[in-house]
Amino acid sequence: MYHVLLDVFKLDVKYFWHEDKLPKDLDAIVLPGGFSYGDRLRAGVIAAHSPIIADVKRMADKGMPVLGVCNGFQILVESELLPGVLLKNTSLNFMCRWTELIVENNKTPFTNKFALKERIPIPIANGEGRYYVDKATLAMLKKNNQIVFRYGESVNNSVFDIAGICNKEGNVVGMMPHPERAVEAEINPRDSKPASVIFESLITTVGARK
Amino acid sequence: MSLQPQELDYLSKKIKRKLNDTEAHIVAAEWSEHCSYKSSKKHLKMLPMSGPRVIREKGFDSGVLDVGDGYVVTVHIESHNHPSAVEPYGGAATGVGGVIRDILSAGTRPIALLDGLRFGNIEKDSQARWLFKNAVTGIADYGNCLGIPTIGGEVEFDECYANYALVDVASIGFGKKERLIKNHADAGDLVVLLGGSTGRDGIGGAQFASDSLETEDRSAVQIPDPFIEKLIIEATLEARNEGCIKALKDLGGGGLSCAISETADTLGIGIELDVNRVHTREPGMNPREIMTSESQERMLIITDKKKLVKLESICKKFRVTCSVIGKVTSDKMMRVKNNNTIVASMPAEIVANAPLLDRPSKEPAYLKELQKRKEPKPASDLSKTLMRLLSCPNIASKIWVYGQYDHEVGIRTVVKPGMDSAVLRLDNGKYLAAKIDGNPKQCYIDPKNGAIGCFEEACRNVVCTGATPIGMVDHLQFGNPENPEIFWTFLESLKGISEFSKHFDIPCVGGKVSLYNETPQGPIKPTPLIGVLGLIEKKPLHTQKSEQGDILILIGATKDELGGSEYYEYIHEFVGGKCPVVDFAESKRNMESVLHIIENEWARNVHDCSKGGLATAVSEIAMTSGIGCTVSLDNVPSSKMSDDNVLFSESHSRYLMSVSKSNLDAVLGYLRAKNVTFGIIGKFEGKSIMFSKSKKVIVKLSVDKAHDKWFNSLKDLVLHG
Repeated sequence: MYHVLLDVFKLDVKYFWHEDKLPKDLDAIVLPGGFSYGDRLRAGVIAAHSPIIADVKRMADKGMPVLGVCNGFQILVESELLPGVLLKNTSLNFMCRWTELIVENNKTPFTNKFALKERIPIPIANGEGRYYVDKATLAMLKKNNQIVFRYGESVNNSVFDIAGICNKEGNVVGMMPHPERAVEAEINPRDSKPASVIFESLITTVGARK
Repeated sequence: MSLQPQELDYLSKKIKRKLNDTEAHIVAAEWSEHCSYKSSKKHLKMLPMSGPRVIREKGFDSGVLDVGDGYVVTVHIESHNHPSAVEPYGGAATGVGGVIRDILSAGTRPIALLDGLRFGNIEKDSQARWLFKNAVTGIADYGNCLGIPTIGGEVEFDECYANYALVDVASIGFGKKERLIKNHADAGDLVVLLGGSTGRDGIGGAQFASDSLETEDRSAVQIPDPFIEKLIIEATLEARNEGCIKALKDLGGGGLSCAISETADTLGIGIELDVNRVHTREPGMNPREIMTSESQERMLIITDKKKLVKLESICKKFRVTCSVIGKVTSDKMMRVKNNNTIVASMPAEIVANAPLLDRPSKEPAYLKELQKRKEPKPASDLSKTLMRLLSCPNIASKIWVYGQYDHEVGIRTVVKPGMDSAVLRLDNGKYLAAKIDGNPKQCYIDPKNGAIGCFEEACRNVVCTGATPIGMVDHLQFGNPENPEIFWTFLESLKGISEFSKHFDIPCVGGKVSLYNETPQGPIKPTPLIGVLGLIEKKPLHTQKSEQGDILILIGATKDELGGSEYYEYIHEFVGGKCPVVDFAESKRNMESVLHIIENEWARNVHDCSKGGLATAVSEIAMTSGIGCTVSLDNVPSSKMSDDNVLFSESHSRYLMSVSKSNLDAVLGYLRAKNVTFGIIGKFEGKSIMFSKSKKVIVKLSVDKAHDKWFNSLKDLVLHG
């Protein structure tokens, strides 16, 4: 993720240690993938209690764009910045494969340059990626336009084939697939342009190309 | 404990007294076959180990290759066979962990894993299925958690592994040449143990791995913790950057006994340590247990006194425990204390250097018997035969396996797993291809030519991506070396590998020997495994699908060599026949030609012919492209032989390539000019895989049906039995 933000999209990007305070002059926060705490107990649950999450929450409440990818999404859900839970895939196995996403909400800071229903070739790589909410919450997600991405096929039995959602305000987005693995032509065997729009949308939102 | 009476005598003479119990256990761990290579070391010298790219420094546990622009690639291979046969999840996972630390100990970051898995017949044997399933999960859970992609490998099933498992793991590292650890130490330096706590798991693991598996000693199997491994990787690399590491070694087989004695011996120093300073998982462990525990995720660091505070602060940041367990001395002794009592004191050189053996060898009687066997008659229905081969466990797609491995994490995997070899991009703009190959069926029939075949196949696989082989690692797995017939097969394989290595200038940069691989039914078939690294200076071949009208060219001669083929063994249940033999001159010519064609971007895809022969390789291109292919056997370069032989012979040095009409003249012109043996054997069209002879169709399969069988049969077998 760091490589893609820095080298591909030429953004001014910095790592922050989980015990750090976040500076005030940030434009956006990205929680990348990776097995925080080895996925012990439940993916993302221990990292959700890291000191830095208090700052992430505070900044998210003020409307800062926040993107969580894979384990980042799991952390956002566990820290209650986003609704729902991510369960073990029905195969009970880790799944690493390419699939397609459909854009369902193009009003977020990470999707505002997409056309609705646009398709994105993208890989998934997770063991606990099956999004679940109860019926009432699903109805609420639909009503508030909080479903950002759906899978173009049944991948892991996620409720309503949900691959990514946002908070009510739309500034916090979480997604299981890995856009950073799909934005370079060399790595993406299909088409690297659609996934790039996620980062180009962010650049448009914050006007921050270095 | 497995010290032999003559070894105890030798020790008493050298040290001029009787060893106490703790000392005997320390030496037994280090002198186990697993750690000391006492049966094999004399013979391993025949392998060429140097070359213009090879960097050799004292104390490296992995091979180092210079890939230019100030960067190096490191590589190592290990197995975890005995533990995986008893506890496949933990055994396989800790196998991954161990080889990663070998990469780390050179001061490089691990960037990829490959694994070779071998089990009994999973169609009939539910235990083999259980071992397979859990070994794959163990590897996935460990590698995925670390964020290191598993980019390839191989899976094979054979009756000779019944009630047993071969789990081989290779790891690749990458880093700056200037950051390689230059192992050295001075008297007064501190010896630090970093990482997981030392517990009672894995005690005597090295000896356990050096005996035939007669008891299921689960306590000798180590317990995996990938999260601690991740932390020690990051902490060690940061400590390296901060100049806190003078010498570095991972703790693997033989635990502290091995790490301390080998470090002291290699660096020409003495080490004095206190077992009471080792952070343990449970109270009451005695010195012998602490010295021989093989608890995982531990690294040994020698640091300058002045750097200790910095090292401790790095460990604190990553919440990794580190203990100063001892100090470097100048007397070349390995001294172990328990508080103020000395419990072991021996010259490190003696502990680290087991007396080498010169084991007798004798050509096995079974080879003569095999030669007498009459080869089977051709199968009657060749279409059915091909369909059965495409869905047999050894040939069917391994997507159920590699789909569980995160093969893309790190965003380096430019060519994904599934066909010949995966390709990683490196930070200097070059690319690295890597593949491991083994072939016990052929090695059983002919240990020497079988081993050469594995080597050539691994080379072919990296060549198919456009990579030139630059180095190899070998893993030699055999039964009990005390049996002269088994030892003969070991020596023959080693000779074959050395010959190929010398002829092609591909140095051996690392390897491992695993002996005593015995199952309740007897020894495993000889299973040498070869890993080859290939470098691409400019651009890898991004395999494209074959398109309507593309021409199929076969490079290389197909010979009467069905011995050890899937066709003989799976379809006819026949063991015997003539093992494929590599013609070195043809092999070299074909490799160079394929590389030239790829470099000029004349081919849409290139695929090697191996398991299942020509018919399988053609089908694989057709199935992954989703298009039919019509092949005429009349145009296949071969001596006069039966149709089944042409279809299924596993002769080496053969490559298939799809070429569009516009590039055809260039390819043909080049191949003719270079005197390459080749044939224009077919054309991509329609929806059937079709082979004909003298205008008569002898095989016809629907591409879609074949794809369905090939793609799903292994998964179905694992999930539904």
